[in-house]
Amino acid sequence: MSDIATMTDANLAFVQRAPIAPMRPPLTEAGAIGWLRKNLFSSLFNVVLTLLCALLVVWIVPPMVKFLIVDAVWDGATRIDCLPSPQRPEVGACWAFVIERLGFFTYGFYPFEERWRVDLFFALLAVGIVWLAWLNAPARGLAAINFFVVVPILSYILLLGWPAIGLPRVETTQWGGVLVTIVVAWVGIVVSLPLGILLALGRRSRLPAVRLFSVIFIEFVRGVPLITVLFMASVMLPLFVPDTWSPDKLLRALVGVALFASAYMAEVVRAGLQAMPKGQYEAAMAVGLSYWQMMRLIILPQALKITIPNIVNSYVALFKDTTLVFIVGIFDFLRAIEAARIDPQWATPVTSTTGYAFAAIFYFICCYAMSRYARYVEARLAAGDRR
Amino acid sequence: MEQATHSGLKPAPLNTAVAVEMIGVHKWYGDFHVLRDINLHVTKGERIVICGPSGSGKSTLIRCINRLEEHQQGRIVVDGVELTNDVKKIDEIRRDVGMVFQHFNLFPHLTVLENLTLAPIWVRKQPRKAAEEIAMHYLQRVKIPEQAAKFPGQLSGGQQQRVAIARALCMNPKIMLFDEPTSALDPEMVKEVLDTMVELAKDGMTMLVVTHEMGFARQVANRVVFMDEGQIVEMAAPEEFFASPKHERTKLFLSQILR
Ligand SMILES: Nc1ncnc2c1ncn2[C@@H]1O[C@H](COP(=O)(O)OP(=O)(O)OP(=O)(O)O)[C@@H](O)[C@H]1O
Ligand SMILES: [Mg+2]
Repeated sequence: MSDIATMTDANLAFVQRAPIAPMRPPLTEAGAIGWLRKNLFSSLFNVVLTLLCALLVVWIVPPMVKFLIVDAVWDGATRIDCLPSPQRPEVGACWAFVIERLGFFTYGFYPFEERWRVDLFFALLAVGIVWLAWLNAPARGLAAINFFVVVPILSYILLLGWPAIGLPRVETTQWGGVLVTIVVAWVGIVVSLPLGILLALGRRSRLPAVRLFSVIFIEFVRGVPLITVLFMASVMLPLFVPDTWSPDKLLRALVGVALFASAYMAEVVRAGLQAMPKGQYEAAMAVGLSYWQMMRLIILPQALKITIPNIVNSYVALFKDTTLVFIVGIFDFLRAIEAARIDPQWATPVTSTTGYAFAAIFYFICCYAMSRYARYVEARLAAGDRR
Repeated sequence: MEQATHSGLKPAPLNTAVAVEMIGVHKWYGDFHVLRDINLHVTKGERIVICGPSGSGKSTLIRCINRLEEHQQGRIVVDGVELTNDVKKIDEIRRDVGMVFQHFNLFPHLTVLENLTLAPIWVRKQPRKAAEEIAMHYLQRVKIPEQAAKFPGQLSGGQQQRVAIARALCMNPKIMLFDEPTSALDPEMVKEVLDTMVELAKDGMTMLVVTHEMGFARQVANRVVFMDEGQIVEMAAPEEFFASPKHERTKLFLSQILR
């Protein structure tokens, strides 16, 4: 008892006499040394890890730099320039080959004098993407319409041609390279989001028939590899469509990729829908919005916003998956490299390595840009989360 | 209409003075009988306060009135329209019944003004200009016109709840439902929301309010309904309800809540 009494007197009553001035943090926490110690050498395990990583970097980076840059051949017109010679015993990447074949890698067999149409398509697409992806851009609603409606229609006319307005037709069999890779990825992206949203809504629908269809579609497509879907699309689609209408090979692959991506997108969107609080649905219903108004105005804008990082991640996956279309005979970017690297005209010991290195750099830049974007959106959302 | 049976075979005469009519309403969640034989008759302009212990079915009851919950037996007639599975009727009723939730449920991705004009524009098809004017009018009434351009997350709880009330009022409802509008608020904000509701009551709004604010009930209610275990246990004018509760459970509840 007396303990408690003394404690009360001594400790619990307190009045501050003088304010405490701010002090600098201890040295271990701040500055470069502090940072190093905290992040790299905080424990024995961390020290080992740090050293191992450093070794790995030393082991990989110098040879890579040597091959890709130091020993690389930048200019040259024929394979001779990329062959080892007395003056140049060690030959690195043969960029001369890539530069010479750049047109082929980009356009495939697209007629030379019509290539400006592809360039225009790339430009349209780039503007569309930047406008849509830039969160502070003006008129973002318009940007979405542009990206999902206007650009597809213009591109279709531009790439395939419309003789009536003086654009000669270019069959899809002549398309190739980056053009095809971008077209496949982009159609997958443009179709999979709306279709994925519909499937996600369908899966949560009150109507059993709609729900059943959505579940079967999603689970079936997710249950098989993309190659299977592609084979099915290229073999089975002609069975459903009349012969006269005979869908071309690229279209079949596009359908396959789009359906495949939609099934995955549906699950991504569903996760976002599930994260929405029930109160939002109730408030929307209570003010009298119809189901579609509620979804369009209240639920989807919020659900998609928090889902953007995941959506972009599935786009990254989709972009890489497009390389599989070459199995059903589509001449995509990787296939173009494949064709060029075995071309005897450029047969050198380093041609294949260079070609693959170029492909790796191309895919890496595209995918890395997309995941950086996802990070940026995530950071923005975290900062804007004041609710 | 008292003779109407549970199954509701006889249509009730559509009395224009009746705002809400619940006749023999039952509801189950699975096997759990949440609402048991609810009979409630609310005339226009009447203010009803519903109270009762947690889990007694108060929220469920008022959410049945705008079909956020579906009842399985009995009849509910709101402003002359009977609630059935007919989606048109449900929409019609929801347009005329405003609701305020415990957790405000404002739309966080829209500004305050957009929260207020959304339903008038999309549901009532009002021109944007007109809808914004009406919205500003109601923001003035709930005394926060200066917050119109902010997002809900930037407001205090009390301000958010007043926006929620204004949002409901913008649809020009005939009936307002409140589900514990002050119980998620810090004590110092309760008064501003209650004041807004008192103002509303003075204007003659038909109100059904689930609340434990007994001061509000005394001041505003025409009738207090006490619920327990899914049933209406007692229903009386506030003076009588607080001064001389009849039922044992009411007495127990009041002794716990009024201390
Ligand atoms: N969706 C649901 N599914 C199953 N049971 C539910 C559901 N919603 C509510 N209940 C149950 O129904 C009962 C009544 O719930 P209700 O929310 O109407 O109570 P309340 O009187 O509003 O309580 P509170 O004061 O806690 O809000 C509770 O026992 C609750 O657990
Ligand atoms: Mg409740």
